This record gives sequence, structure tokens and C-alpha cells, in this order.
Amino acid sequence: MSYKTITLNVGPQHPATHGVLRVKIELDGETIVSAKPIIGYLHSGIEKNMEVKTYTQAITMTDRMDYLAPMSNNLVYVMAVEKLMDVEVPPRAQYIRVILTELTRLNSHLVWLGTHATDIGAMTMLLYCFREREKITQMYEFVSGVRMMSSYFRIGGLDNDVPPGFDVRIKDILDTFPAKIEEYEGLLTENKIWKNRTIGVGKISAEEAIKSGLSGPLLRASGVNWDIRKSNPYSSYDHFEFDVPLGENGDTYDRYKCRLEEMRQSLRIIRQALDGLPSGPYITKDRKITPPPKEEALKGMEQLIHHFKFWTEGFKPPKGDVYHSIESPKGEIGCYIVSDGTNKPYRVHFRPPSFVNISALDKLARGQMVSDLIAIIGSVDIVLGEVDR
Amino acid sequence: MPELSAGLELIGFLQWVYNIIASIINTLGLPQIILNIVLMVLICLAIIVFLALMALFLIWWERKVAAHFQDRLGPMMTGWHGWLQTVADALKLLQKEDIVVASADRKVHYWAPVVVFTACLMAFVVIPFGKGLSPSKVNIGILYILAITSLTVISLLMAGWASNNKYALLGGMRSAAQIVSYEVPLTLSIIGVVLMSGTLSMGGFIEAQGPYFWKWYIWPQILGFAIYLSAATAELNRTPFDLPEAEQELVAGFNIEYSGMKFAMFFLAEFLNMFLVGAVATTLFLGGWQPPLPGLSFIPSYIWFLGKSLFIVFVIMWFKWTYPRLRVDHLMAFAWKVLLPLAFLNIILTAVGVYIF
Repeated sequence: MSYKTITLNVGPQHPATHGVLRVKIELDGETIVSAKPIIGYLHSGIEKNMEVKTYTQAITMTDRMDYLAPMSNNLVYVMAVEKLMDVEVPPRAQYIRVILTELTRLNSHLVWLGTHATDIGAMTMLLYCFREREKITQMYEFVSGVRMMSSYFRIGGLDNDVPPGFDVRIKDILDTFPAKIEEYEGLLTENKIWKNRTIGVGKISAEEAIKSGLSGPLLRASGVNWDIRKSNPYSSYDHFEFDVPLGENGDTYDRYKCRLEEMRQSLRIIRQALDGLPSGPYITKDRKITPPPKEEALKGMEQLIHHFKFWTEGFKPPKGDVYHSIESPKGEIGCYIVSDGTNKPYRVHFRPPSFVNISALDKLARGQMVSDLIAIIGSVDIVLGEVDR
Repeated sequence: MPELSAGLELIGFLQWVYNIIASIINTLGLPQIILNIVLMVLICLAIIVFLALMALFLIWWERKVAAHFQDRLGPMMTGWHGWLQTVADALKLLQKEDIVVASADRKVHYWAPVVVFTACLMAFVVIPFGKGLSPSKVNIGILYILAITSLTVISLLMAGWASNNKYALLGGMRSAAQIVSYEVPLTLSIIGVVLMSGTLSMGGFIEAQGPYFWKWYIWPQILGFAIYLSAATAELNRTPFDLPEAEQELVAGFNIEYSGMKFAMFFLAEFLNMFLVGAVATTLFLGGWQPPLPGLSFIPSYIWFLGKSLFIVFVIMWFKWTYPRLRVDHLMAFAWKVLLPLAFLNIILTAVGVYIF
């Protein structure tokens, strides 16, 4: 009997490809011979768009890349511009940035957990995770007025100081969240089916992971201790005590364990940052990159002109290029900016962790079964908005 | 206690209907065969109407159960707590255009939902819904049910093959392998009950158990009950064994190319099969329509039967909204390496027990 493999097209319209990822797989029965991710279905020209916006306006574009971690995207972009212009950010702004980006990590990991578990068939997890995520999106709304596309960070600090009651709301999340993580673990961690479906699935060794350029929980699950918050601390992450959870086998189960532990560590960081939240200005006093306060602008002629010039023309960073990277929930997100000395960036390019991580899909999925492919895509934790930009 | 419960039981009513029809036939002077045909048609209609309502109810119930497991409310807008929602959905599906893909095998594609729905309805013919409410008293009822429900696999294969879609084909292949494998432990798990009661008829099981809950077969046959419930969940293609229609992998599996009423027939058959599993489990292990204590027989028998069956259905729904899904190879390993040896063990233990006592 002659016998051959079949080619199966998974996506771009498919319930488990997390958006519009398309994977072309060769199947021998139900075993994957090769898996080729095909991307570009959500390309929206974000980087190109940033070239026609002033440095401040361009912040809004970054939210739309990884829409599950808007604050992290904001942070990497504003920090890159700050690096280019050598701006000092006041400690209060740095601490609030830490609190909000760690909340973002929780947000992103919650959506990952819900969708990943649903991919493996545990439907109820999605609703449980979204129940907790709701509190975080409400927190975004509380500080910035928007639930998802917050655009809260500004070059040199924050858009505004946090409203009164911020600490009470954060404390509420801190108090209720650990029990919820226990609940998720109770449903999944020791579940025989869950373990069967995830242990040994999508394995990658530490060397292979480094060679493929993986980062974030994917790399740490293989046992590589690489967390930019520890290795190159930014935004005063060196003030806080936290552990970097590591896996051993680099399989889907270890990635799951790593991310759940990361959620606990994020709570730890938020608690420390909230306890030590300094008072002071929320944005730098440097009038080159911040508008004058409203009271001054309404009284003085010079200040009014400055205000007008700032909001119409923006500011002009020096010529040059800069790269800055931070630890986003999905891995190392980097931002490369080329400035030609005008008020708009000449070129902005991002190193999106999802894009680099999904490129290893073939290595992860080869020799596994169709059901495992879905588990693997879930465990890589991609957001197509970020992959395609 | 027939005299206590006679007021609520349906036997009297059925006797009354029978007498009216019989007298009409007699006055018209028609032969006896006409009476039999009329009765059969009436019984079939009654079953179909009951099951259609039951399927609608179960779909609504599943949505409510899922919603409450997930901290939601589920359908709330149409009718009291959304009870009209499935009626509205059914009406919508009836009106939908029936789309058949150009490359499909049209005949097979057409007959697949018919086969699955018919097989499902036929199985209900021998279910004793209550005291004197068994549509047909076949003395090999359980064998009949096992034989008829096996037809499901043919229709799933037909649907998977005829759709000419790779996802559907994979779903059909999976379901064939799965249902054939789980048929074995399912059948073996029932043998324990057959050994204990010494009968194959559905009524016989109920008589052998009696209206005392400690005499029900669930206690001596607890292993058999567990095997039956696991294997039956697999037969139903429900989580954790819902691989043939694994949404996240195969989009919808074998029914991916079906729309409108054809899709609805697969959907209704799935829920009716779930009720069938509940009904068979009730008859075999939970004393059928009998109350747990004789003193409780003022509640009519069909209420007990429905209550017990729906409880089993609830347990199956509970599985679905709690567990992740198995993988194909684990699924097969579970059937052949775990359930099958356990089923054999159960038969040996029961046989020894029956021999000694």
C-alpha cells in the first residue's frame, strides 16, 4: 500500500491559533513531520506609522502591538527615547511604572493561562482568568481612562499622577490574587490529564533555546537564568527583591509552572513598590520634554507659547540611534530608534518577543501530535499584533 | 403501594387512551392489526415529542450548568432565565440555508445526520421511563441498546468522509477509533449487572433491584458503574474524551461542513445520547424508576426516573466543564490498558461473588 503524508493548513481562521497565525503542517497520521508558521495576516504598519508622528504621539501606536501588555510596550518605547535624550525620570514615576508593568505581566499571563487551558480543553479556566483580569483592566481605566490601550507613560515620566485611592485598589488586588492562583493550580497543576498533555510536550534544551533566540518564560523554563529585570535592571527594579523562577525540562508543563510562579513574584514586586512608593513629581521637570504646568501657561506669555509649541511641534532629540530592551511578559522586547534630529523618529523598530519565539515552532512541534501543536502554540504565548506589527 | 401513587402514575391514563382507541376500532369493525399499528404510531409520536422537548431542555440546561460553573448567568433574556433560548435557536437553525460543499459526496453527506439521529431515537424504544411506561418490552433490551448505539460510529465516519475536508476526516477517523475501542469496556462493564440479575431485559434489571436503595447495583457494582460512566462519556464524545470534535484542534471535527438542520440533528443526537446514557445507567445501577425507599413512592415513578437520569447527565456535564482533554494516544492507552483490565477484574469478582452467595 502506498502511503504519504498529508498537508494540513491550520489557520489563519482557526479557534486555537490565537488570532491569525497560520501554520502549514505536514502530517503522518496524526504525527507532525514539519510545522511552518506563516505570518503577516495582522500587519498594520505600526512601525511605519510611528515615523509620521511626533515622539509623544507615537506612544499610542505601541499599545496596539502586544495588546495584552500595553504598559510594557509603552515602557520600552519611552525608555528608549529617554535613553536617546538622556532624561532623568523621577523615582515616583519609576515606581509607578514598575507597579503598572507588573500588573501588565499579570494581565498577559492571565490571558495566556486562560487561552492555553482552553486550547487543551479546560474551558472553564478562561472565564476564571478573565474574571481576575477584569480587575486589572479596571485598574488601567482608573489610572489612564482606558481599559486596554492605556498609553499612560510619557517620555520623562507619566501622563498624570495616579488618582487618590490607587493604593487601596492595588492592595485589594494583592490581597485577593494569591488565593486565585491557588485556585488555578488546584484545577490544573496536579491534574493527571493536564500533566499528560503538557509534560514532555514541545521540549527544547537550553542550548537550542539560546540558539533560537528565545527569551522570557520560554527560555527560563529550559533552565537559563536570563531575566532583564535582574541582569540589566531598569526603572529601579534593583530596589526590589524577587526570584526568577526557572524550569528544568523546557517542556510545556515547565513553562506553565514558570509563568504561574512569575505571577506570584510580580505580586511580591508590586507589594514592595507600593510600600516604598516615594512622593515627588510624577514627570521630569525638564521643560524641553514636558509642557509647562497649566497654571503657568494660563498666566505667562512665554509659557503659553511654549505650551503651544510643545503640543504642535513636539521636541527634537539629538541625532543618533539607540536600542533599549526590557523584560515584557512574553520575553525580551527591544526598541531601536533612529533619530535624524527632527521632531519625528526617522525609523523605529521593535524586537518583538512573540515573533522570535514563534520562529522556533518547527523545532518545538516536530515529531509531536496535532493536539500537541495546539498546546505548544499556547505555551509559546504569542500575540499576533506584536508578531506582525 | 400502587393505591397511594395511582393518582399520579400514568398507567391509568394510558389504559384509558387504550380503551378509547380499542372501542373506536371495534365499533368500526376493523381488524386487530389496525389497532396495533395505531398504537405503535402513537407510541412513536409520544417518544419523539418527549425526546425533542428533552433535547431542547438539555441544551438549555448544559448552557446554564456551564455558565454557573464559570461564574456567569448564561442565557437570561428570552423567557424566564432564558428557557426559550434553545427554542429560538432551533427555529433559527430550521430556517438556515442548507449548505453542501461542492466537493462533498452529497448522498452520504445527506444520510449521515439521519443515521445518527435515527439510531439515537431507536435506542429509546426499550427504556422503561416509569412504571408501565416501557414502550417495548424486549427481553434482550440491553443488547438491543448496545447494538443500536454502535450505529453512531458509522454516521460519524460517513460525515467525516463525505465532507471531503481534512479536519472532518481526522475527526471521523478519531471517532471511529475511539468509539470502537470504548465499546469493549462499556459492554464488559454491563456484564457484572447481567450476572447479578440473571436477565438481559431492562425491566428485569429494575425488578431485580427493588425499591430499597441499598439493594441497588451501584454498591456491589461500583467498579462497573465507574467503568460504564467513563466509557460512556467517551462514547458520547464529550470532554475529557471529545477528541472527534476537539474545537481547538479540529475546529469542529466531523460536523465542520454541516449547517442548518443537519448540524442541529448531530447536536440534538449528542444531547439525546447523553440522556440515553443517563437512562441506561439509572436502569442498570440506580434501580430505574423505583424510589430509594418504598415510603417515597407517592412521588410518581417517572419523576424518579427523570431525576436520576438527569443527575447522571449533570455529572457528565460536570466533567466537561472541569477537565482538560486527553490526547489520542493517551485515550487509546486508557481504554485498553486501564478500563479493559478493570472491566475483566469486575467480571471475575462478580462471578465469584454470585457463585458464593
